[in-house]
Amino acid sequence: MAAHLSYGRVNLNVLREAVRRELREFLDKCAGSKAIVWDEYLTGPFGLIAQYSLLKEHEVEKMFTLKGSRLPAADVKNIIFFVRPRLELMDIIAENVLSEDRRSPARDFHILFVPRRSLLCEQRLKDQGVLGSFIHREEYSLDLIPFDGDLLSMESESAFKECYLENDQTSLYHAAKGLMTLQALYGTIPQIFGKGECARQVANMMIRMKREFTGSQNSVFPVFDTLLLLDRNVDLLTPLATQLTYEGLIDEIYGIQNSYVKLPPEKFTPKKQGESGKDLPTEAKKLQLNSAEELYAEIRDKNFNAVGSVLSKKAKIISAAFEERHNAKTVGEIKQFVSQLPHMQAARGSLANHTSIAELIKDITTSEDFFDKLTVEQEFMSGIDTDKVNNYIEDCIAQKHPLIKILRLVCLQSVCNSGLKQKVLDYYKREILQTYGYEHMLTLNNLEQAGLLKPQAGSRNNYPTIRKTLRLWMDDVNEQNPNDISYVYSGYAPLSVRLAQLLARPGWRSIEEVLKMLPGPHFEERQQLPAGLQKKRQQGENRVTLVFFLGGVTYAEIAALRFLSQMEDGGTEYVIATTKLMNGTSWIESLMEKPF
Amino acid sequence: MNRTKVDEEEYWHSSKFKAFTFDDDDDELSQLKESKRAVNSLRDIVDDDDDDLERVSWSGEPVGSISWSIKETASSGGPTLEGREQLKARNSLSSYTPLPKPTSSYSLSSFFKALSDIPPKSFAPELRRPKGEYKDYSSDWSLSDTVRRLQKGKVCSLERFRSLQDKLQLLEEAVSIHDGNVITAVLIFLKRTLSKEILFRELEVRQVALRHLIHFLKEIGDQKMLLDLFRYLDRTEELALSQYQEHLSIQDPEKRKEFLKSCIGLPFSVEDVAHIQDHYTLLERQIIIEVNDRHLESSGQTEIFRKHPRKASILNMPLVTTLFYSCFYHYTEPEGTFSSPINLKKTFKIPDKQYVLTALAARAKLRAWQDVDALFTTKNWLGYTKKRAPIGFHRVVEILHKNNAPVQVLQEYIRLVEDVDTKLNLATKFKCHDVVIETYRDLKDRQQLVAYRDKVDKASAEEEKIDSILSNLVSNLDLSFYQPWEINCLQRIYWGYSQD
Repeated sequence: MAAHLSYGRVNLNVLREAVRRELREFLDKCAGSKAIVWDEYLTGPFGLIAQYSLLKEHEVEKMFTLKGSRLPAADVKNIIFFVRPRLELMDIIAENVLSEDRRSPARDFHILFVPRRSLLCEQRLKDQGVLGSFIHREEYSLDLIPFDGDLLSMESESAFKECYLENDQTSLYHAAKGLMTLQALYGTIPQIFGKGECARQVANMMIRMKREFTGSQNSVFPVFDTLLLLDRNVDLLTPLATQLTYEGLIDEIYGIQNSYVKLPPEKFTPKKQGESGKDLPTEAKKLQLNSAEELYAEIRDKNFNAVGSVLSKKAKIISAAFEERHNAKTVGEIKQFVSQLPHMQAARGSLANHTSIAELIKDITTSEDFFDKLTVEQEFMSGIDTDKVNNYIEDCIAQKHPLIKILRLVCLQSVCNSGLKQKVLDYYKREILQTYGYEHMLTLNNLEQAGLLKPQAGSRNNYPTIRKTLRLWMDDVNEQNPNDISYVYSGYAPLSVRLAQLLARPGWRSIEEVLKMLPGPHFEERQQLPAGLQKKRQQGENRVTLVFFLGGVTYAEIAALRFLSQMEDGGTEYVIATTKLMNGTSWIESLMEKPF
Repeated sequence: MNRTKVDEEEYWHSSKFKAFTFDDDDDELSQLKESKRAVNSLRDIVDDDDDDLERVSWSGEPVGSISWSIKETASSGGPTLEGREQLKARNSLSSYTPLPKPTSSYSLSSFFKALSDIPPKSFAPELRRPKGEYKDYSSDWSLSDTVRRLQKGKVCSLERFRSLQDKLQLLEEAVSIHDGNVITAVLIFLKRTLSKEILFRELEVRQVALRHLIHFLKEIGDQKMLLDLFRYLDRTEELALSQYQEHLSIQDPEKRKEFLKSCIGLPFSVEDVAHIQDHYTLLERQIIIEVNDRHLESSGQTEIFRKHPRKASILNMPLVTTLFYSCFYHYTEPEGTFSSPINLKKTFKIPDKQYVLTALAARAKLRAWQDVDALFTTKNWLGYTKKRAPIGFHRVVEILHKNNAPVQVLQEYIRLVEDVDTKLNLATKFKCHDVVIETYRDLKDRQQLVAYRDKVDKASAEEEKIDSILSNLVSNLDLSFYQPWEINCLQRIYWGYSQD
């Protein structure tokens, strides 16, 4: 079902199986036929760990989406609500329960909170007078969801906002818990490195949690050698820039949700002969994107400029394979050809899809505006004209381009200049408020609090030093056959990944000065392993490092880490975990004051 | 945008930047085309049965996935036509109460489930007792036991913590385990049993708990207590912003206006005060304009409203939108009226650039070319007129083109673009042949002229113009520099080009 999770160095199917088992156990607790009422947001993440068939095996006969008023009719014994612990959802549930028809046979109600029960929510149910109606009220701790063979996410959209704006550590606590679960399954991680305030907190929590559960000695042989905890606010720059890998661009343009992407359907209509243009589908085409698809695994992390040639090569191979049918003369040969047909057809379908996607993306990347935007981004990142009002940004405001685009650019400029001159900042603020509405003052304030948009403190701009020391800007980037991670942004090497790379070799001691310029402490901790579990490394065996991005990670950063994993003399393979898979747009959106 | 495309390209290639260009455009495109072609040709070979093969429904949901199944199992009719119709109706969202956008899936929620000791099932029987759950089973749990029980989701009364000292110890114990849910539970208890003054005083020295209380108050929408708290902590700017935020929930424009007025006195930062003041003034203005214009529109007396009925009310629109609106409907009004553009410009100190851009867009939309002309005409003290655009004429041209200005109008402004390359670029892009031809003529660039000759219609006025320039170019050559045979050559070259 999810074989692609086990291809990597660490078999993440183990984690998936563990969470599936827990789900089964809960379902069996509610004996008899059941209907599940879903908080719609949860169906995405749940889809990554279970299919309907699993639920069906445990007598789930109906499924509904949570909405107000009365529940749909269903002849089942149990009604189970799968919900996030949110107050407004409790009100809807209460409405459902209260409008239940008294005359029809009574049904049993249960709630499964994902990922946590909440006292506040139960209090709300009590206030509404329905708390007593629920037989089972439990929690399903889906902290880290396996997305791919080397990728885990908590899918907590607001983690960054909570950590860095509201200083609420709850999501850090869940990150620590997720890491404890991982250690229970994959062994204690002997070395922990970290950079940033939140990283420090998570490490502290982990150490404390471990101390409290010393009763049970972990006897699993450790799979991970190192854990690297990174605060998102150590590298605010990277997510603001436009990602230029294939997967990154798909996400920038269409948004990938729980490994699915919705695309405009026009390019995907199969043109059959004798059929006119009517019956064009209007529903978006939905595709799943992960390494289970061979072609996608090959191209997703490439710079978009290198994708076309791979696609054309594949096309030739597949054409040749189909041509083989002419050479098949004997019954045996024909049989052989036919047996390969399903695989070939799948490959063809995959190629067709990605050719269409590449065309869609190309329409955008070749547009004048995309080019202009990229020019400005690259100027900022290489340190040019970051200290004055930028013409392009001004023009975009005048033409009322989407506000998020403006905010991304202005924040990028601010970060690349260690804050904007007060005059420049005031100018941008004024233009934005006058053009998009004064209420956005609240959003600008949030960005300022998060450190994304700020006045320059003092006269010192640290960014050039950081850029030079960490070699964040590379002039000679090779997009086709990259030799450095900077290919993912066509010149800019993501700071976060550079830190991971330098940690592996030659170690952070070489960059102490720069580390001090970046926010938050950097530290190292060691966790003792029982004598029998200490690893004896084989010659040439790679180390495995888990990089945990607290506050979100982009697909381009993931691509850069995968690139490092694949380097022949790299010596380290990476598994990536995060609070949320994101891009600059979804990130800024999460910081905007609603409703807009 | 100041740079022309050509400029940019030159800059790009000469500078050290790597552009994200598709240099070998042909190559790239053809590669994509090639794979497309291959894919398409393969369709003929094999029957198109992908759906069965991949077991994916059109929308891409793998058959059997959860979101697919919700739709399938919810429509009892099965895959009948009727069922599909229902499905469509359901999917159209109209019948849904849209769920609020998630802001958090984690906060204020949690119950630590120990990895090792107690399996979660062991307390399930307790949960089955609907009545007894908030009752205390034993009143002598120690402090840490209490917190631990809370953490595991067990029922536990906090009432026996009576003294302030006990309560604070309880809070500290909760904070030390980092579990937001437990911290919040204790805070709810403290909020209920302590006076505000004491609660605030104690939290001021316990920052973690304080942040959780602020988050909690925001979550339950207890604005009053939140404001009291900020006031107590002297976090004045947060107080002001938090108060200001409330205006978003006020629908009635008059009430919103009054509320904004009350915000002006709040302790904002210096720059923000000015913005709040402007926000208030703008809404006040919009209310007056709205009443007036709604009347004008419904009476049907005013031509502009008859010809261009308003699409929406102007209330709560941004300033620049309001300016556009007033340039559209109230352009000629004297400065004294609230709805006149000049009045808006002065009141809100709108910069020249912004004003010209907006006015231009509005007048161009109405195809009022004379107004556009007037916008850029300045008279000096001698009475001479001069064309001047604070935004640069290239921008003027772009905006005019966006509003479908005719070529005559466009070329007038393209001629005013100073930079020759930009001018040529724009003229070529918008097919203003005259400007292109004149520019090449002024540059004495016969090669380009000859090349451009191919782009204009055969036997058109443009072609004629090019030909006459070309012949002039040769005849105007200073022939004294040349030997007679060279002149001969030159003439032959010229005729050779122009005759084919």
